[in-house]
Amino acid sequence: MSFYSPVITNASEATSNEKLHLFKYVEDPQQHKSEIFESHGGYTAWRKVLGGMSTQQVIDEVKNSGLRGRGGAGFPTGMKWGFVPKNSPKPTYLCCNADESEPGTCKDRVLMERDPHGVIEGMAIAAYAIGCHIMFIYIRGEFNHCIERMEEAAREARERGHLGENIYGSGYDLEMIVHSGGGAYICGEETALLNSLEGERGMSRIRPPIPAIEGLYASPTIVNNVESLAAVPHIINRGADWYKALGTEKSTGTKLFSLSGHVKRPGNFEVELGFSLEKLIYDPEYGGGILDDKKLKGVIPGGASTPFLTPEMINVGLDYESLTTVGSMLGSGAVMVFHEGTCIVWIIKKLIHFFRHESCGKCTPCREGTGWLENMINRIEAGQGQPGDIEKIEEVCGNILGRTICPLGDAAVMPIQSAIKNWREEWQYHIDHGKCQVETDFSFR
Amino acid sequence: MILTEESIQKIKEKAARYPHRKSAILPALTVAYRQVGHLNDEIYREIGRVINIPPVEIAEAATFYTMFPKKPVGKYLLQVCHNLSCALVGADSMITYLEDKLGIKKGETTDDGLFTLISVECLGSCATAPMIQINHDFHENLTREKLDKLLEELRAKA
Ligand SMILES: Cc1cc2nc3c(=O)[nH]c(=O)nc-3n(C[C@H](O)[C@H](O)[C@H](O)COP(=O)(O)O)c2cc1C
Ligand code: SF4
Ligand code: FES
Repeated sequence: MSFYSPVITNASEATSNEKLHLFKYVEDPQQHKSEIFESHGGYTAWRKVLGGMSTQQVIDEVKNSGLRGRGGAGFPTGMKWGFVPKNSPKPTYLCCNADESEPGTCKDRVLMERDPHGVIEGMAIAAYAIGCHIMFIYIRGEFNHCIERMEEAAREARERGHLGENIYGSGYDLEMIVHSGGGAYICGEETALLNSLEGERGMSRIRPPIPAIEGLYASPTIVNNVESLAAVPHIINRGADWYKALGTEKSTGTKLFSLSGHVKRPGNFEVELGFSLEKLIYDPEYGGGILDDKKLKGVIPGGASTPFLTPEMINVGLDYESLTTVGSMLGSGAVMVFHEGTCIVWIIKKLIHFFRHESCGKCTPCREGTGWLENMINRIEAGQGQPGDIEKIEEVCGNILGRTICPLGDAAVMPIQSAIKNWREEWQYHIDHGKCQVETDFSFR
Repeated sequence: MILTEESIQKIKEKAARYPHRKSAILPALTVAYRQVGHLNDEIYREIGRVINIPPVEIAEAATFYTMFPKKPVGKYLLQVCHNLSCALVGADSMITYLEDKLGIKKGETTDDGLFTLISVECLGSCATAPMIQINHDFHENLTREKLDKLLEELRAKA
């Protein structure tokens, strides 16, 4: 058995645990074929929807399930669909966001590669709910294997009558376009994604209007993450009440977590929302503990743009509310772990380099601010920090936060503020001594 | 002409799918990049003729996207992810290792024109780090041994 991506998953747990559903078949090497997908119950939800559910019934079911966006912002999915004007004179569009570029995140890729029809079925149901007849999936350009898989699956779905004209004799038509990007993190931001899809530079748009009112080609458009959409067929099949019973009261359902960095068993794991972060890191079934049995220093729980957690905080549930309580965010579910031998200034240097590189340049605070921050942080990291640098960094951060067109500006700033708050002494040491307090040496083995 | 008949055909097919022609720009650039290995003004002009869009609009879009090299690169473009998850498990030392082994610095191409080494942002392989993308393929969970073997295979194939 071999997959393009050798990543570890907990599919074996998912096959025996009735609550898990996204990863149930991701270790089945045949699952990407429509026939096998169908033999596992695939496309039954789509048939059920076209067999007599109204668009409002579909929206209500998803609303009642409590499903929230898995792309980072956590917006309630059914509610978002409800924003699309009814009987719009313009066509409506669905764009599945498969840009997957938030550092640490590598989960959507598994769904596209190993269960592409699950993604298509979810997209189709969402498309129907908003009255869309041409749906897109925007896949980051580097994911060639996913692009090929999704194209193949879309072709197959059409051949087998799941897409195309008059699907299942219902009179409903739906076509799918697999679109590939050009390697830009910002194109994961939904309005930049739409510009990119229109053939423009991938720069964010000023809101309002929100995409649900005026999105792709100035028409009502819904953008949803791959994982959010992949959950939809399960909600339709088993009902909102079943889904709502999973997870916590306010964070319902399951979520995929990408675990990376200094753990013994990095991988992608499907767990119920509210699952213990500590368990995810240390349990032998999941992360298996810290690499080389070193001491944990910190965790980024939701992708590169979410604030850090220190070891005292990891006894926390992985859900939207609990992570907010400890000052961070669930984000895209990318848990990045680092041990005691990691310099915090070095981490921030890595992250700010990324954000500066990916800033689309449309607004000054983000474009200029990330540049200033990178220069200052590089200086400190190189041992040339000066008294007052920390305060200057804090000031620049304060001038970016909340003053930008899209959330990338905030995303760049929040980890920095949190790194200073949690490890201020270490920053000071770096400036005073011109070197790291802890020796950072990650040799490639 | 730089674009082959096959590429032109592919671009036309892709362009036909979209409700608006301009949406075909990125897919067209991707097809051209796959064929040529980089992009340039002549390619923008050719694409412009195929999909009937002013070349300047194609260039405008193309220059935004870092995935496409804008000048010729080696036969194998080695793209090492240097972002956090990869760096925590040795990406930076992997870059140094490659620099030493190939006798070039990051951003350079070997004299025989085989390898260009660059570092890139997160490629969505964070739980299978460190990783490298070579041309269009990912190679994950790398060790020194695996990387050595990979380079040997590429040399043998060249
Ligand atoms: C800089 C930036 C990058 C983003 N990248 C992604 C991404 O790669 N994938 C994704 O689904 N959402 C990403 N988002 C969030 C999207 O803007 C949007 O909220 C999401 O796709 C909506 O889908 P959901 O409601 O299903 O989560 C990003 C947001 C920002 C600000
Ligand atoms: S915050 Fe940054 S990425 Fe977002 S629109 Fe402004 S410059 Fe572009
Ligand atoms: S950090 Fe290297 S692939 Fe994500």
